[in-house]
Amino acid sequence: MSHDMRDDIGSKMGMWIFIFTELFLFGGLFLVYAVFRAKYSADFHVAAEELNVFVGTMNTVILLVSSATVAMSITAIQRGNKKLAMRFIIATVLLAGVFMVNKYFEWGHKFEYQLYPGSEVMKNMEHGEILFFSLYYMMTGLHALHVIVGVVLLAVVFFRVKQGVVNSDNYVFLENSGLYWHLVDFIWIFLFPLLYLVT
Amino acid sequence: MESSEATNQKTYLQHKPYKGILNWLLSTDHKRIGLLYLYSIMAFFLIAAIFGLLMRIEKIAPGETIMGPQTYNGIFTLHGIIMIFIIVIPGLAAVFGNFFLPLLIGARDVAFPRLNLFSWYIYIAGTILAIASQFVGGGAPDTGWTFYVPYSAESSTSVIWALTAAFVLGFSSILTGLNFIVTIHRLRAPGMTWFKMPLFPWSIYATAWIQVLATPIIGITLLMVIAERTLNIGFFDPALGGDPVLFQHLFWIYSHPAVYIMILPAMGVVTEIFPTFSQKPVFGYTAIALSSIAIAAVGYFVWGHHMFTSGISYWSRWFFSFLTFIVAVPSAIKVFNWVSTMYGGSIDMKPPLLYAISFIFLFMIGGLSGLALGALATNVHLHDTSFVVAHFHYIVFGGMGFGFFAGLHYWYPKMYGRMYNVRLANIAWGILFLGFNLLYFPLFVIGLQGMPRRYFDYFPEYHTGHLLSTIGAFILIAGIVLMLYNLFYHVKRGEKASANPWKGVTLEWKVASPPPHENFDEIPVVTEQPYTFKSTESDS
Amino acid sequence: MNDKKKHHISSYNSHLVVLIALLVLTTITVLITEINFGTFSVGVALAVAMIKGGLVLTYFMHLKYDEMVFRIMVLLILLLFAIVVGITFIDYFLR
Repeated sequence: MSHDMRDDIGSKMGMWIFIFTELFLFGGLFLVYAVFRAKYSADFHVAAEELNVFVGTMNTVILLVSSATVAMSITAIQRGNKKLAMRFIIATVLLAGVFMVNKYFEWGHKFEYQLYPGSEVMKNMEHGEILFFSLYYMMTGLHALHVIVGVVLLAVVFFRVKQGVVNSDNYVFLENSGLYWHLVDFIWIFLFPLLYLVT
Repeated sequence: MESSEATNQKTYLQHKPYKGILNWLLSTDHKRIGLLYLYSIMAFFLIAAIFGLLMRIEKIAPGETIMGPQTYNGIFTLHGIIMIFIIVIPGLAAVFGNFFLPLLIGARDVAFPRLNLFSWYIYIAGTILAIASQFVGGGAPDTGWTFYVPYSAESSTSVIWALTAAFVLGFSSILTGLNFIVTIHRLRAPGMTWFKMPLFPWSIYATAWIQVLATPIIGITLLMVIAERTLNIGFFDPALGGDPVLFQHLFWIYSHPAVYIMILPAMGVVTEIFPTFSQKPVFGYTAIALSSIAIAAVGYFVWGHHMFTSGISYWSRWFFSFLTFIVAVPSAIKVFNWVSTMYGGSIDMKPPLLYAISFIFLFMIGGLSGLALGALATNVHLHDTSFVVAHFHYIVFGGMGFGFFAGLHYWYPKMYGRMYNVRLANIAWGILFLGFNLLYFPLFVIGLQGMPRRYFDYFPEYHTGHLLSTIGAFILIAGIVLMLYNLFYHVKRGEKASANPWKGVTLEWKVASPPPHENFDEIPVVTEQPYTFKSTESDS
Repeated sequence: MNDKKKHHISSYNSHLVVLIALLVLTTITVLITEINFGTFSVGVALAVAMIKGGLVLTYFMHLKYDEMVFRIMVLLILLLFAIVVGITFIDYFLR
């Protein structure tokens, strides 16, 4: 097959369609959330008090900033500034790392208090509270998995930029990785208020 | 197989950059990948068909015949899982979409050829998981392919293996759909605007969107059931505050659109066949193109008609019933257009047309019986009876299955450069058609009389219907075997086929049979409307 | 198909502006939860989230400057998701 005609728009379209599938994947969980929030609004309120709004807000800020840094890495590569692009990608990955560390401590803290599906403490809680925590773990867990995938993707693109394979004339791989990363951020934008800010 | 006419290219089967079987396992050529899918699907089809035959043998008479109830439950579960996730959902799109989409739009391959091959490997991984579920852990899953909670959360059988298999297969479906959408957007030949594109690609486009948007929902739902089984998350468990009906919602939000994944490509195939064998343009091109999109879209809004007796709200039932009747309209539009295409045409009753016409007949029976199920009052009596089983076999097997056979017989000379025995094909069709109707029509009758589905035993009053049905199953299998024998035998021994044995006018008939490795020497420039038949069409 | 037209390059500044807007909106959404809107709380939180999500889609994900086909696709799938959720609630709200 001749690859003399590279199709960047097609490549981008492929990534967008993949993003749509991810949106619908999480969408199923959001649907479950919506159903049970409507049914158990009081229980959700009580359960959400166990979540640390400060940590959640910090994580939100971290992801928003990381979205900006990856977007800036694209600007950098478009302008031919290879070093700056690499720095922005590293910044994105580091921010992702902090996010994951936060998450690790968040979850760990809850495990300490036996707040996980199937525990004795959980069995004694109200139905709505049980479901809230199940949703919390499943949604943030699935999200964290996607953060990891995003980090791997960004690591790969970092090396491609370093090698010059991704450059100012050929940066669609960076763009697509950026799109994926923005998806991770986009999902968290909705997760955060729905899980942490249930008044 | 000779070299392609008037081209320096080898045929795609002659092009062998690797050693031996690696030419199949490493090739990113959409044509080879299409055949990889074809052979995998045929193999699994025979396995699942034998499972079906075993079920029919068990039910030839009341009481236990060859297996006990647990075995029976396992058999119909795997029959469903294989048929639905491994055969009918991927089937037409993966085989003929892969092989012919690029050819029909004047492209050399799909947008992402390596992803295409990867999709097949994922598919195979899924099939292995499905088969493994029969042998590992607690034994063959017995939940039915629908995995309803609470039983799927409680059954001690290897449910998780089956759930994972379905998840993996869904991934393959998603990647194929993604590939086809980008292919159609970006790789149409110069001059081929959307409304100059043939109708099979239109159907593939509509199908691909469903694959891409609906499949993730079942993906996450399967994960939820796994989490239910392993972590007790409680979404579907009333003891923890959950709702089992929520599972049904999520399951059918995918699985209803999934049936349009099954049928739309089949409709696309017969839409290619009718003009060719009537030597006449398609009647109502725009209506058929847009009705495919309409079916895909409206098909998202009818899922609750699988749940009328599950306890959903009155307005919900009203809404879903109403939309179910609406979604029948675009299908009916297509039927009208197909028949009108044939009217006044120069009819050549070759096997592809035979299958296409019987497709209309069987699909309509299935479709109309769907209306009986879609009406709320009748649904109460018919839900979970054999009537439903008959309904979906008419639509899925009579529809997608016969559509698949039609495509096989239509495109066989193009794929292999050989022709099968037409007379034998017609005889096989006759046996198949007879067996099919004998197998499934009695199920409508006993279903109306109250015979439940998924029961391994029954009251004596249903015996006649079951007996006829089982006889039909044997006849059907005989027809299938004969049909496949005809096709297999002539792959290497059939008369050589020309580039355009059927006098078709779409782009695949302009290249040699089998097609050259890169499809076209030069990408064609399209100026005409599709399906333009000249009065004297010379064979190249 | 090599595109001859020049690709729009977002400036660092524009990204920074969008980031600041997002951070402001985040602050607002956190503070607002101190105020009890009752049953509207979900709506308010979602509304702000949608604005933030919209900013990410439009600017960071470059939808504003890319080909129209992307905007159409995104809009349609968001619409589809909303409809599916809505139809599900015809069951749950009216049982």
